[in-house]
Amino acid sequence: MDESSVSAGASESSNVRSKKKSSNLTSALVVPLLAVFTALVIGALLIAFTDPAVLTAWKNFFGDPMGALTATWNSIAVAYGALLSGSLGLVEIWKALGVWLHGGGTEALSVALVPLAESLTTSVPFIFAGLAVALGFQGGLFNIGVEGQLLVGALSSVYVGYHFPGLPIYVHLPMAIMAGFIGGAIWGAIPGLLKAYTGGHEVITTIMMNWIIISISAWLLKVGGPMSRGELPITPEVLPSAQIPQLFSTQGNRFHGGFFLAIVVAILVYWLLYKSIKGFEIRMLGANFKAAVYSGINVKHLWVFVMALSGALAGLAGTVQALAVDRWVGMGFSGGMGFDSIALALLGRSHPLGVVLAALLFGTLRNGATRMQSVARIPIDIITIVQALVIVFIAAPEIIRWLYRLRQPEGEETPVFSTNWGS
Amino acid sequence: MAPVLELRNITKRFPGVLANDHINLRLEEGEILALLGENGAGKSTLMNILYGLYEPDEGEIIIRGQKVAIEGPADAIRQGIGMVHQHFMLIPVLTVTENVMLGDESTYTPVRILKRDEVAARIRELSEQHGLYVDPDARVQSLSVGVRQRVEIIKVLYRDANILILDEPTAVLTPQEADELFEILRSLRKQGVSIIFISHKLREVLELADRVMVIRRGKVVGETKTEDADQARLAEMMVGRQVALTVEKGPAQVGDPVLNIENLYVMDDRFQMVVDGVSLEVHAGEVLGVAGVQGNGQTEFVEALTGLRQVRGGKVTIEGKDVTNATPRELVEAGVAHIPEDRQADGLVLRFPVADNFVINTYYKPPFARGWRINRAAIDEQAQRLIEDFDIRTPSAYVPVSNLSGGNQQKVIVAREFSRPIKLLVANQPTRGLDVGSIEYIHQQLINKRDAGVAVLLVSAELDEIMGLSDRIAVMFHGKITAVVDAADVSKEQVGLMMAGSSLEEALKQAPGRSDRPIEAIL
Repeated sequence: MDESSVSAGASESSNVRSKKKSSNLTSALVVPLLAVFTALVIGALLIAFTDPAVLTAWKNFFGDPMGALTATWNSIAVAYGALLSGSLGLVEIWKALGVWLHGGGTEALSVALVPLAESLTTSVPFIFAGLAVALGFQGGLFNIGVEGQLLVGALSSVYVGYHFPGLPIYVHLPMAIMAGFIGGAIWGAIPGLLKAYTGGHEVITTIMMNWIIISISAWLLKVGGPMSRGELPITPEVLPSAQIPQLFSTQGNRFHGGFFLAIVVAILVYWLLYKSIKGFEIRMLGANFKAAVYSGINVKHLWVFVMALSGALAGLAGTVQALAVDRWVGMGFSGGMGFDSIALALLGRSHPLGVVLAALLFGTLRNGATRMQSVARIPIDIITIVQALVIVFIAAPEIIRWLYRLRQPEGEETPVFSTNWGS
Repeated sequence: MAPVLELRNITKRFPGVLANDHINLRLEEGEILALLGENGAGKSTLMNILYGLYEPDEGEIIIRGQKVAIEGPADAIRQGIGMVHQHFMLIPVLTVTENVMLGDESTYTPVRILKRDEVAARIRELSEQHGLYVDPDARVQSLSVGVRQRVEIIKVLYRDANILILDEPTAVLTPQEADELFEILRSLRKQGVSIIFISHKLREVLELADRVMVIRRGKVVGETKTEDADQARLAEMMVGRQVALTVEKGPAQVGDPVLNIENLYVMDDRFQMVVDGVSLEVHAGEVLGVAGVQGNGQTEFVEALTGLRQVRGGKVTIEGKDVTNATPRELVEAGVAHIPEDRQADGLVLRFPVADNFVINTYYKPPFARGWRINRAAIDEQAQRLIEDFDIRTPSAYVPVSNLSGGNQQKVIVAREFSRPIKLLVANQPTRGLDVGSIEYIHQQLINKRDAGVAVLLVSAELDEIMGLSDRIAVMFHGKITAVVDAADVSKEQVGLMMAGSSLEEALKQAPGRSDRPIEAIL
């Protein structure tokens, strides 16, 4: 057999492969996008019909039908307008660009970029935490302990960050980041070890590990506690040599280098899962535990590895938030981020690219919601409801398929998160 | 007289598949009609339409001359149709009576106490009438598989069904249990019950049915009275080409011992010693068939040999090297191939593409691994080659293996296990649930490996398979090897008796043999 025929066959097959992949990609995107859209529509209705002005206008619907519709429209427009300008501010950026191109200064532009930059900044810890959950799902493990692991990561990195003065930044900062990585890894590895060697289910043990670290941190941070800042129940401030630098000096723009770290880590996780031997094992373990045993994988070791790495990624979420944005840790540091990350791993279908997109969406919504609250006086909870609805639609895709008359794609892969746990 | 049941022009489409293509079917009163076809031919779809689980796209159902609409199992039951599924729909912790009542609970008013005693009496009555012999007060979990199936039949009769559908009923039964089932079905026929019997086993269709209808790719391709049919013709209709029903094989070129098992003890998940001091030797170039009724320890025996279950006592060696309690990976390295009993649970990662399933136990070695990386090109190249060599029917190497038919899934496993040099092949129920064409293929592959000098350990509950492939036969009963004989010395009947617990001597005396050698010489 000659070589050219082999290579021709191979290239033909890779064509088939890429075609197949692109159709998979579309079907993987349609449901999440429609889920987000539908959730925003329902959110709009909630905004309108909790607005007293709208309700009054509707009471008079038969007298003035246009008035009722206008009031509804206005209410939604103001709220979502504030959400958009507070999270992206594209109109403002466009105007400021105009000023700058016509010879004006850059001050207007740098102010206009603040909302967008803040949205990216808010997304950073979500990317890490979402990757942590997604990695677990890929390996058939449900890591609910991200909330605790990121707190461990933040505490460890901040401790290193304030406790070793006099180091140059190129030593101190990597040290602090490593401390957060390792802290999270240890906190994640414990449930992994418990699962491997005692059979303790990670759903139970990770939840309990959350409670343990929350209580330990209360002791560490209480006034006079080992990590408290004198009279305040928070840690001392991280030394400048351990801070992740913020890249702009504009007031209110906290965009920092951690964003690029997050993107690099997401690419590394993608490589690990889809290009490496280890990733092949992880995905096999998640897809069919029994076949993984049959194929000769040391399942116990792999469980510990996946949980440790998942915890480490969660630790990085806390680390970047603490070293770049907050620069100290207090009680309530994580604020439910670990649980939101479960939602966004589901939204991102446990794929690193999906997770990054989902995290950007969540960061944008969160950031815009703050603005919406101050401008339109819409409670931030509306966005919590929108996020919850997104997840409901992702978890029950039949709703979306029914609403938009979509066909069930043939031979669709069931999402990774529906295996193993809960049985 | 009008037929009891008539299906006219039934058509059912699934995305991309025409599962039933204008099927016509007639069932006369007191008749056993066999529906024969390969897996995926459309038999089960047709029966699910009849039972109201699917809605047909076209066609009509006529029962006793009247057109009916069946929109769900409740309608089907009302029309006197009863179905016994391949996988039993019974609740193990409840008694037979309670299981029969389930879904049709009659109670004493006003306090709504279940009429257990009345139902139990009715079960006894049905039991006697049809020779079913079931104790209404027994808990289902304490019953054997064969008896559980009778409970399913009683459930159907209790609801006054006179059209009985049985979906692959013998797949889970021992040969003796299957014979008993056939007796029951013949007795039901005598009393006017009409039966549709789904199967892909030619022998039992010929033995039991009055008429056979063969379905291939959603179409009726033939219909005949069983007395006019023979196995070869039915097989040809079913597959669409001539099939070899027996494997051509020459005499074994037996070499040195490869696998040596001494006094093996293995426990099941409930810590019962289910492999109880087994010693066996398998030589290069021979097939050793382990015959036994399901549940006599074969599953655990194979799991222990392949590293999936802990060995509690004894010693296993391969070419003299101790592999007792070796891991699956060490065994792969030692040259062991394993075709597992449950291909979907153990042998495949259904969500993975076909190409990846070819490497699930070799992915960590070159050429598939290059350092820490997966070498896609090598995996793709191997996939193309194996798909071609083993004639695996798949749209491409990159569709999830779950999209393939059972026969092709099994070919994926065989292709993978044969893609590396091996010394020992452990095949557990390698053709369970496969169609005639695939069985022929897999059998031929096993014999080819034998002829290439591999030691083959074949574990099967299919007597025909054991008889057709083995050079030597070991019978496993209650966790012990009760006999090891040359295949040429014993008949099928004799092995069947031993599977049911007879000793070799009893079996040789009780049933006609096929060897000219005197019994003493065989013993």
